[in-house]
Amino acid sequence: MVSRLFTNYYETVSIIIFGIGFVTLLLNRNIIKKIIGFNFMDTAIYLFLASKGYITGRIAPILLEKLGDTNLAGYQAGTAVPNVQNYINPVPSGLVLTGIVVSVSFTAFFLALAVRLYREYKTLDMHEIISIMNREENKE
Amino acid sequence: MLEYTTIINNDYHYVINSIVQNFPCISIILSFLSGIFCAALKSKGAKKLCFFNLTVGFALSLATLIYCLKVGDYYIYMMGHFPAPFGNEIRVGVLEALMATSFTLVMMLSLMGGLKHIYHDVLPDKQEYYFLMMTLLYTSLIALIYTNDLFTAYVFVEINTLTACAIVMLKHSKETLVATARYLMMSLLGSGLFLIGISILYDITGHLLMSNIKEGVQNLVATGRYTFPLEMIICLFAIGLGIKSALYPFHSWLPDAHGQSTSASSAVLSGLVLKGYIILLIKLVYRVFGFNVINNSKVLNILFVFGILAMTIGSIKAINERDLKKMIAYSSVAQIGYIYMGIGLGNELGMVAACLQILVHAFTKPMLFNTAGAFMDTANGSRKFKDLKGAARKNMYAGIAFAVGAFSMIGIPLFGGFVVKYNLAIAALNNPSKAVIALLALIISTVLNAIYYVPALMVLFKKDDSTKKIVVIPDKKDLGFIISNGIFIICNFILGIMSSYFIKLIIDGLKVFS
Amino acid sequence: MNKIFKSLNDFVNGVQDEKENVHLKHKNKKHHEKVLTERIEDIVESGENKGFNKFYNVIAILLACVIIACMIYTVSFLPSFGDPTNPANNEVVQAYIENGIRDTGAVNFVAGMILNYRAFDTLGESTVLFIAATTVIILLFKHKTKEEEKAEQLEEAKYEDKHDLILRHGALIVVPATLVFGVYVLFNGHLSPGGGFSGGTIMGAALILYNSAFGDNSTKTFFNYGIHKVIKISALSFYALSQLYSFITGANLIESIIPNGIAGNLISSGLILPLNICVGFEVACTMFGFYSLFDREEI
Repeated sequence: MVSRLFTNYYETVSIIIFGIGFVTLLLNRNIIKKIIGFNFMDTAIYLFLASKGYITGRIAPILLEKLGDTNLAGYQAGTAVPNVQNYINPVPSGLVLTGIVVSVSFTAFFLALAVRLYREYKTLDMHEIISIMNREENKE
Repeated sequence: MLEYTTIINNDYHYVINSIVQNFPCISIILSFLSGIFCAALKSKGAKKLCFFNLTVGFALSLATLIYCLKVGDYYIYMMGHFPAPFGNEIRVGVLEALMATSFTLVMMLSLMGGLKHIYHDVLPDKQEYYFLMMTLLYTSLIALIYTNDLFTAYVFVEINTLTACAIVMLKHSKETLVATARYLMMSLLGSGLFLIGISILYDITGHLLMSNIKEGVQNLVATGRYTFPLEMIICLFAIGLGIKSALYPFHSWLPDAHGQSTSASSAVLSGLVLKGYIILLIKLVYRVFGFNVINNSKVLNILFVFGILAMTIGSIKAINERDLKKMIAYSSVAQIGYIYMGIGLGNELGMVAACLQILVHAFTKPMLFNTAGAFMDTANGSRKFKDLKGAARKNMYAGIAFAVGAFSMIGIPLFGGFVVKYNLAIAALNNPSKAVIALLALIISTVLNAIYYVPALMVLFKKDDSTKKIVVIPDKKDLGFIISNGIFIICNFILGIMSSYFIKLIIDGLKVFS
Repeated sequence: MNKIFKSLNDFVNGVQDEKENVHLKHKNKKHHEKVLTERIEDIVESGENKGFNKFYNVIAILLACVIIACMIYTVSFLPSFGDPTNPANNEVVQAYIENGIRDTGAVNFVAGMILNYRAFDTLGESTVLFIAATTVIILLFKHKTKEEEKAEQLEEAKYEDKHDLILRHGALIVVPATLVFGVYVLFNGHLSPGGGFSGGTIMGAALILYNSAFGDNSTKTFFNYGIHKVIKISALSFYALSQLYSFITGANLIESIIPNGIAGNLISSGLILPLNICVGFEVACTMFGFYSLFDREEI
């Protein structure tokens, strides 16, 4: 098992980072640190995906004429094909691109929420915010 | 050289020969467009656009449902020029069309019933954003129902989460911000687990389209490779979607988010948003892993146990609650437990009961939340039971609707809730190993439901002797509220009395679902 | 610029300072310093049980550890890193690379994949960005009356001349270069690494730099809330409409009338270039909107 973990070292590392992010998001009381944890978690998933798309010795999936793929007109007409052996898997790259945009959106939303929460409760500690809220509710 | 036309010609499901088959795609893109244009309008215009979109969406889904019933088979609609493993696609069958139609109806009615509260709770310069979020929430729900691609499902799960958080947050108060933050945090945990599940699944099968993944998974199971990763992926999906749909141990965000938000938001959140994730889970069970693979894994037992825990502990928490909306929210936790118990029973009948419960709960909970909002008007916006004494007498329409909803949730015959419990019991009897526990849980949960709904009804219908002044006079002639509750009540009775027809629909739908 | 640092500082340090404003009896004592009665008082007051929270935390940590241990164990079963025979490198990948140029006209296979083969995902993705921008507007945008706006403009005008000279002159050189680079990345999305999202972010960065060097008033002469809205809405609705066309023609097996052009040219690859431009403008607006809203609650 351990030798397999070292073969898949990118994946192992990404899972460890995922774990760190997961626990931070779940248990840290500070909202800003929670957001950092969330970003850790998502970045770990992108590392995982990117490492899954990589194939040793190949380049990014953009047609490169240096590698001998020069017959552009032929590729478009469908009479010739580029050499698949030159390029890595393009699917995970696309997924990572989508995922990054999603995580940027969530980060912005969460940060804006943190700003508003800080303005209303004067603290960023989630537990404290909840206990202040409960106290105010009981007072009414 | 790969020719896509040969692939398309080999599978008759790709054939598009009726204009009705375009409707699901059109309704998705149309609601995208109307959501985007809501940002450019003022509150009134945005409301009109939102309702226009929902009406058109309802007509389109109904036409799709009728078409699917006539044909009796599913069809695949390519989202682009490329077939199965290469491009995106949506897949439409009876069950999907049924769910889309009823979800559209429920959304329209909940918005109609809670419209007055939206105008009251949301700041005037932000009301157009409320309708924007609702429209995009609707888009993501129907896209989740129809999609046949796992990664598209992920993207729409995220849209669903973001818009759901936004409609909680749009009520102008401090508490909703806290509720949103908790909701957002738990949802992000869920999406993280779901996304890494998709990544690992992509790694071992090499596909993102559900039907192709299923082929790959069946291959792996037949050859006995990657058994542990598969088990782990099922776990990740179950936990991720469980967190998002407030399965028992992960439900901590739900009472706040559903209790604090404005009544239309609560209605939509508990009626539809939770169900969107569960439909995705059912899709995963049938279309991604296959029923036999899921059945052999231990995850179903975990879901079963969690479901039963939710049914009992959710109800116990509801009994202890002195806050009307939070009580209804805890009741949602219990009702979600029924769905998971149905899935956890691991047979066809259990799944049918779970689907029926999705429908019944979608038609009942929004009514309860909307009427709770109407009761709050009579008590100056207080949600506490002690202030709500006699509220139902002050607003009789709401009182009747609440009573119907409560009876349905308890499971009194003639109402929708009873049919679900009856079918769950039959399904439990078909699974001898789990029968005793499931039946026991059903009985206990029914008793517990009665323990909190009946006193609530008694308090609400009690004669109020005190001469407290009402500041917000309840608008008894709120036509939208009356109509929406009337339709909800009718739907509840239809589901209760004509249940055999709906069960037949669901069985037909599940047959072509996998 | 100073304003940002100041607000940031307030944001971080203020946590400690303003905590004391919260009226709470035993606030300044640590948990272990309190006597039992005070602890019970705390529980009664706040309506929550710290002991239960601790128990909950322990359970949560254990659960997280179990999940992570299981996931690491899972990794040891997964296909090897960088192996060309992995299940993920199947006929789909082969088709994307071999037929990509014929089907989409894009030399960049990733651009072809996300904007043509799997365009529905990308439509959802740009909608996520749109929704996030809207939520940030809901949370932070302050509607101002005419007088307030005028007063603020005057206030801003006072400081404007005192802005950093080096920053201004540096920005004069850097902003156009960044903008041109952003446009280059945007327009070459189908030919080289880049595309709507990366190009849009670079353009957004240029706008942010311009704004912090020259102030609000000069930014508002060419970019305000109205323009921001118009660009976002028109870009996204063009995106959705063109996708509607492409989906309907695709599913009904009608040949699309949009030509793919000659692969490798700037104007080629059908809808990919216009879609990239739409996405790019939307992203630029959103990025600048985020900065502007977080900085001073307006656009």
